[in-house]
Amino acid sequence: MRGAKSAKWVAGAIVVALSATACGGSDSGDTEAKEKGKPAGYVSIDVGEPQKPLIPADTNESLGSYVIQSLFTQLLDFDANGEIVYTNAESVETKDSKTWTVKLKKGWKFHNGEAVTSESYIKAWNWYANIKNKQQNAFWFEDIKGYDDVHPAKGEPKADAMSGLKAVDDTTFTIELSKPVPYFNYKLGYTTWAPLPETFYADPKAFGQKPVGNGPYVFEKWDHKKLIQVKANPDYQGPNKAQNKGVLFKNYATVEAAYQDLLSGNLDMIRQIGPKDLPKYKQDLGDRAIDQEYAAMQSIVPTFYSKTFKNIDPKVLQGLSMGIDRETITKTVLNGSRTPATSFTPKGVEGNQALDTDVFKFDAAKAKKLVTEGGGVPGNKIWIQYNADGGHKEWVTAVCESIRNSTGVDCLPDAKPDFQTDLEARDNDEVKSFYRGGWVADYPLNVNFMRELYGTTAEANNGRFSNKKIDAAFKKGDNAKSLEESIKLYQDAEKMVLDEMPAIPLWQYRTNGGHSKAVDNVKVDFHGDYEVTGVTVK
Amino acid sequence: MGRYVARRLLQMIPVFLGSTLLVFLMMYALPGDPVRALAGEQAVDQAQIAQVKKDLGLDLPIWQQYWNYLSGLFQGDFGTQIATQRPVADVIADAFPITVRLALFAFAFTVIVGISMGVFAGLKADTLRDRGLLVLTLLLISVPSFVLGFLAQYFFAHELGWVEPNVSAVAASQELILPAVVLGSLSLAYVARLTRTSVAENLRSDYMRTAVAKGLPKRRIIGVHLMRNSMIPVVTFLGTDIGTLMGGAVVTEGIFNVQGVGYNVFQALKSREGSTVVGIVTLIVVVYLVSSLIVDLLYAVLDPRIRYA
Amino acid sequence: MPEALETPVKDATQPGSVPAAESKPEKARSLWSDAWHDLRRNPLFVISAILIVFLLTMAAFPGLFTSADPRHADLANHYLQKPKWGNFFAPDWFGYDVQGRSIYARVIYGARASIAVGVIVTVLVTIVGTVTGMLAGYFGGWIDTLLSRITDIFFGVPFILGAMVVLTSFEERHVYVVILALAFLGWTQIARVARGSVITIKQADYVMAAKALGASTTRILLRHILPNAMAPVIVVATIALGGYISAEATLSFLGIGLAEPTVSWGVDISSGQEQLRNAAFVLIIPSIMVSITVLAFIMLGDAVRNALDPKLR
Repeated sequence: MRGAKSAKWVAGAIVVALSATACGGSDSGDTEAKEKGKPAGYVSIDVGEPQKPLIPADTNESLGSYVIQSLFTQLLDFDANGEIVYTNAESVETKDSKTWTVKLKKGWKFHNGEAVTSESYIKAWNWYANIKNKQQNAFWFEDIKGYDDVHPAKGEPKADAMSGLKAVDDTTFTIELSKPVPYFNYKLGYTTWAPLPETFYADPKAFGQKPVGNGPYVFEKWDHKKLIQVKANPDYQGPNKAQNKGVLFKNYATVEAAYQDLLSGNLDMIRQIGPKDLPKYKQDLGDRAIDQEYAAMQSIVPTFYSKTFKNIDPKVLQGLSMGIDRETITKTVLNGSRTPATSFTPKGVEGNQALDTDVFKFDAAKAKKLVTEGGGVPGNKIWIQYNADGGHKEWVTAVCESIRNSTGVDCLPDAKPDFQTDLEARDNDEVKSFYRGGWVADYPLNVNFMRELYGTTAEANNGRFSNKKIDAAFKKGDNAKSLEESIKLYQDAEKMVLDEMPAIPLWQYRTNGGHSKAVDNVKVDFHGDYEVTGVTVK
Repeated sequence: MGRYVARRLLQMIPVFLGSTLLVFLMMYALPGDPVRALAGEQAVDQAQIAQVKKDLGLDLPIWQQYWNYLSGLFQGDFGTQIATQRPVADVIADAFPITVRLALFAFAFTVIVGISMGVFAGLKADTLRDRGLLVLTLLLISVPSFVLGFLAQYFFAHELGWVEPNVSAVAASQELILPAVVLGSLSLAYVARLTRTSVAENLRSDYMRTAVAKGLPKRRIIGVHLMRNSMIPVVTFLGTDIGTLMGGAVVTEGIFNVQGVGYNVFQALKSREGSTVVGIVTLIVVVYLVSSLIVDLLYAVLDPRIRYA
Repeated sequence: MPEALETPVKDATQPGSVPAAESKPEKARSLWSDAWHDLRRNPLFVISAILIVFLLTMAAFPGLFTSADPRHADLANHYLQKPKWGNFFAPDWFGYDVQGRSIYARVIYGARASIAVGVIVTVLVTIVGTVTGMLAGYFGGWIDTLLSRITDIFFGVPFILGAMVVLTSFEERHVYVVILALAFLGWTQIARVARGSVITIKQADYVMAAKALGASTTRILLRHILPNAMAPVIVVATIALGGYISAEATLSFLGIGLAEPTVSWGVDISSGQEQLRNAAFVLIIPSIMVSITVLAFIMLGDAVRNALDPKLR
């Protein structure tokens, strides 16, 4: 026993000693080493292995998008304020929101020397949209007239090309939509609208491993699960010409590993600091820390088919919303990585407005009152479903406890082991009451946070919310004459959404990142991504 | 002996088929659809999903899928990943050598340090140094391996600065030492304890007393008589250990950012890349089968009373 | 070593055990009563037993130790509040976790899940493993071939990876799911160790003698093989018990084991690791609890083994 007893003490002593060193460990960040294997003038960023081959319309996750964005340039892009910046296009204009005329800048070339013409776009878009090619983002082209012919709901495609796309000359083409969409040009800023060179069609599979784009960087190599290397394109003519010599997209198993490499100078930019380092990263990095809001919202979404929320009085949902202490949770558990929500749209998108309501304010007494008035929930018990592999556990638990403490409704986290299982439960309408919802802006308009989430037939409406009045209001916004009017009408629709509560918005995301001493001018765009082209090497 | 080896090799076939089938069935039973999940929270185009599945043969009944997988395997085709569309063989070829090296380092560490410590303590059972070993092995067993990993990383990488906290993509051998020690530490405790027990037991046996009585030199008594007999349970454990080390590397690889088999299989499991998981596990099974055959052959070497015909 | 040689009694028991086996009830009683006699005088056993009784009481009646609710969270006032080491048994004794919950209360309530996983998995695994290994090792031939191949199939599946796959297929994260997953894959190690030691023992003189004297197979297995083969099994099983408690923590750490709202040390360690740089006590306290529990069970195992194993007595 003598031995065993001392074992316990030794264990304690070692743990204590190590934790003390852990706190002091941050000093080691000052000893910057030269990054191994990085060519001079290049910058590195922790962007892991893309999920799919590097084809613009087959990439819908953030890692692949980073690489695609560096290799391809679409017609237009957005600046930090969400305003349109023309890149490959000279102009994109419309008179009736239905037919759009695109003029391309002259003299643009793909990396293999091929000219970028109207045909490079039209042919690519037709290929993307065709169901035979199984592109993940095919639905992005559904506004274009003739989409149903190349991508029918059932069976073989009836045509090879969408009738809405017509080349006028080498640098001009028109896009005819099946119905007016006032904000269609905003959609064109998504990476999936990139053009493709003629060489693509010979072997799309090989292209996906070794893409040839028209963007600010030229593909160099892809060492699977390790890194992707691109070099600056000296002939690039767009406004976002690379200010560095190239980029290394490095894969890390964990964010902690990436952060340690940032501290030791083996990595230039980290996209998001892991929860373990969040409490200390500003101390570690000083003015090299990055902390900025971007256009993404996190919410908990009630499922209107569930026993809990079938025919629920929206008052109950408003009450539950008021029972969540957003201020405290974002400050403590989330370490300032989120900003409490005050409406259904994030700051930084066009049409974000201050809603005249206290639904987003923490007020335990009123929360309880509203829940009681609305008749409560069956069994006085709710669940919040989340995927355990996404770092959501702590805030879901905190939200649950907040609701439980303030309203007396028992709230239990419902962990699904991974995103796959989480999605399956959502698809099959098996969510017990709430699921964790997250939405990053595709384009910086309030429309994107309304129509895609709460319309009866919307793609991401997994809560199966359906309200005829709100559908009508959205439709009115879509049929508006101008973009301004459309945004205005969607703002009105948001007020109606507030009365129905198809989701409880919690907070807006922030980018909590940082960069090494070797680089400068690290900026964040509206959806939280670094503008890699602007980064300079000191 | 030759016939025995041949028979054992034949016996491997059902085991090989059984384990692949077991893993294949488990993967099949998992909730979640890898093709559907590629779309994330965005649009779900049923027609398109059906098309992708048809092309990959994922719409076939499970038995047919297993048959297709096996017949591919015997032609050296491990299948194709659903998302990346890379051949699984490429993924394995990237990851396997790293984990094999990591596991071998851990194994060497376990064998050398573990047996030495076990013998050292077992020769003087119930003394202070025996107690000391017990304490050390207890510590290694009691602290979960990921805690040990984090502590080792903070201490040796951040505080002392002896090593880099992360293993680079190249995974040079000296970078793998710390992860290997962490990975091997649990096995080390097992080996040290098994050796100690076995040595202490055998010291009291008649043949040892006879050997001492015969006046044989101490080195010979310990080196030949004692070690040979004490190694049987240890070798049993070690034979199964290398496969365990390879499979258990998932935690260590995650902490030290080693892009090996464990990391890949964890990712593949989460994204339901069935053929990748089954392919990697199949190879670990093969490693295990071979090492377990070697163990059984070693029994005969260590204990002449065991004869294989 | 010299101490062992000074006690000639046990040297007499071993070779003499074959004829003595004929008077089986007395022999059995004396083996176990001898063991019990030894155990009571072994401080290792006494202290580990007290510790285990304590832990089991904690698992069974957590309310005896604290009146605090392990789920009650007060973020606004107690977020990561530091421990007050002097406030024995008070909710703030060990401080508060990232949710503002009393770590002391959570550690007390967390014992149940961790100990249940460790103990039940070990019992299941020992029963299945020993029976399989003993039958395979003793009978040899086709029985050995069949059982060994089945063992091989399950052993071939790497433990943590296999448990991850099994657990992923369950939607709910109850304790029994984790137990089943660990036991499903864990029995093979014991089976192999048992088989290895039975192969050695069955060629021992006393087994041969028992056979020659016409003892039945059941008797040989239960009276001669089992007690002698149990020593390595107990060693491995006791170490494995700690391993299963660790495995539960590891799986929770990987986000695939137990999950909130289940209160368990594994769950708390996995949340606590995020605070390693910030508030290390959140990680360290449940880690120490796991370590103490593992220590207690291993010490108990050692003591029992020393008492049961005639060769070491």
